[in-house]
Amino acid sequence: MIDAPLLNISNLVLHFRTRQGPVQAVDQVDFSLQEKHAVVILGESGCGKSSLAKAILRLLPKNVAAYSGRVELMGNDVMAYNDEEFRLNVRWVQMSLVPQAAMNALNPVIRVGQQVAEPLIFHAGMAKKGALEQAARMFKYVGVPEDCLNSYPFELSGGMRQRVAIAMALATSPNLIILDEPTSALDLLTQSNIMNVLKRIKAELGTSYILITHDVSTSSELADDVAVMYAGQIVEMGDAESFFEEPLHPYSKMLMASVPRLHSDADPIFITGQPPSLINPPRGCRFAARCPSCHDQCIKEPPVFQKGWRRVKCWLQR
Amino acid sequence: MEMQYHMNASAPILSIQDLRVWFEIRRWGFGHAGDVRAVDGVNFDLKNGEAVAVVGESGCGKSSLMKTVLGLYAPKTGLVSFSGQNIREKGKESIHWYRSHVGYIQQDPFAAMAPFMTVREILEEPLIVAGIKRKAEREQRIYKVLEEVKVYPVEDFLPKYPHMLSGGQQQRIVIARAMILEPKLIVADEPVSMLDASVRVEILRLLRGLQKTHNLSFIYITHDLSTVKYFSERIFVMYAGKLVEKAPINELLKNAQHPYTHALLAATSDPEAKNARVYKDVPPGEPPSLIHPPTGCRFHPRCGQAIKGLCNVQEPPETVVEPEHEVSCWLVKQS
Repeated sequence: MIDAPLLNISNLVLHFRTRQGPVQAVDQVDFSLQEKHAVVILGESGCGKSSLAKAILRLLPKNVAAYSGRVELMGNDVMAYNDEEFRLNVRWVQMSLVPQAAMNALNPVIRVGQQVAEPLIFHAGMAKKGALEQAARMFKYVGVPEDCLNSYPFELSGGMRQRVAIAMALATSPNLIILDEPTSALDLLTQSNIMNVLKRIKAELGTSYILITHDVSTSSELADDVAVMYAGQIVEMGDAESFFEEPLHPYSKMLMASVPRLHSDADPIFITGQPPSLINPPRGCRFAARCPSCHDQCIKEPPVFQKGWRRVKCWLQR
Repeated sequence: MEMQYHMNASAPILSIQDLRVWFEIRRWGFGHAGDVRAVDGVNFDLKNGEAVAVVGESGCGKSSLMKTVLGLYAPKTGLVSFSGQNIREKGKESIHWYRSHVGYIQQDPFAAMAPFMTVREILEEPLIVAGIKRKAEREQRIYKVLEEVKVYPVEDFLPKYPHMLSGGQQQRIVIARAMILEPKLIVADEPVSMLDASVRVEILRLLRGLQKTHNLSFIYITHDLSTVKYFSERIFVMYAGKLVEKAPINELLKNAQHPYTHALLAATSDPEAKNARVYKDVPPGEPPSLIHPPTGCRFHPRCGQAIKGLCNVQEPPETVVEPEHEVSCWLVKQS
């Protein structure tokens, strides 16, 4: 490690209150992200990956039962900020979000140019004219024709709306963009187009990404590091090169083996059973019930074992 | 039923000839303002017991094609015949007969089932419509089909409502509903796209197993090329209302001809770390409007190899490259 990481998260907890009891959506998550890097958070639906994004950006719903831990952004502990300080100094200034199904996240009754200019006016304090000019530059950068500035979202195709959402996240030139399933609702060729745009932004502007997705194939398009999330916890974290070569945690292994591949003849497998409920997660390893290499030790919660740069939360790595 | 269909091993079970499905756009509610040419000149035959995949992006007309095959849309011109019988020929009676022989698996299982009906009611309804009067027989067939889609124990599931089931279980119930009348042909519209990665393979395997054991014909509609290989014998690539390439799956992977097929194959990545270091080669632009489709080849505005004065003027003919491998592209020479 040369520099301090851009983002360092330790022991982040986010629980929601429900009538059945607290939902442990994010449970003791640790990870760090270097500058100009992209980390992919992989997981099935309901594993808490979107909640993790919300916890990092502090976009919380009303029924929060517990929210604690340490989030350091460029050495500053942003958890210590109050909500107003956080809004002024962090959200959209240092990190922004491309929300899930971004194509539906736009306001349908406001012209898209104004929506992209809005964070510049509120967060960067720009005048409206300057903000609209900057928005036009952003449009050009992500590949939306400039005449679309005055369009309403319904006049644009899904891919175009997705680009607008990316332009909005990019407008204030933040260091970090959190992408929550940015391409899952798009067509194959449009997906590749958007991925190309994201790669270009990363290469040219040095923006870091947290990419949240359930799609293993898409995740490899952008990943420098990979974190696998299961039942609210990160079970494996490591660099993309070695992860895609050889995943270590049994869940990651099975997840990788379940991906249908175009260029190989291996038969994909499937994981039997279902992820546990996050209301009363099992004690010990949360994957134990579905794990083929489960043994007696797995009734105790496994610690995180360090393997070089990689970290795995599994007794098998002891 | 007096209308009998004869099973002949070599005769196609489903035959589509020059099918066009156009939707009229009206101005002020009556004046004619053009047509959306969702399906524009599609031909194919489906053999008994064969699975084909139709691959294309959204808006290419694959859902309209499927709904016409199911008899939900009326074609403008062309013919859909099932076991040698035009499905629109005899009106109501014929469509009733046809629908008892085709099953439909929807994309979103939760949206496809009535939320106020239990699993038993959902599965019993098609049997009642098909005129099975004895309750005991209906019950027995529900048990049989649920065992086939591997929903155990059956008794526990019968009184449940759809929202009480997981996504994978919901999709199994939808499959069971499609199977319960013992159809000869099943049309599946993106049956796994709403499911999680780990469940996807399970459902695809189940479908493939059912297809093999019952010798079903299958039309599998998808945008995901990587799952096609595990499921079908042949693949049809659809672009802007036309089938631009038809080939057996291994032939297509080795010897794709149409530039659009190449683009789709290049865009489908296997999970490898090296993907992050390269830009993908994607054709520029977006699929054309189907109201005013481009003249000539519909892919020519996005095609890097388009020949000026030919591709943008004249529609390419269907060329046979290999047996069963047909391409509509001017770049392909007749072999």
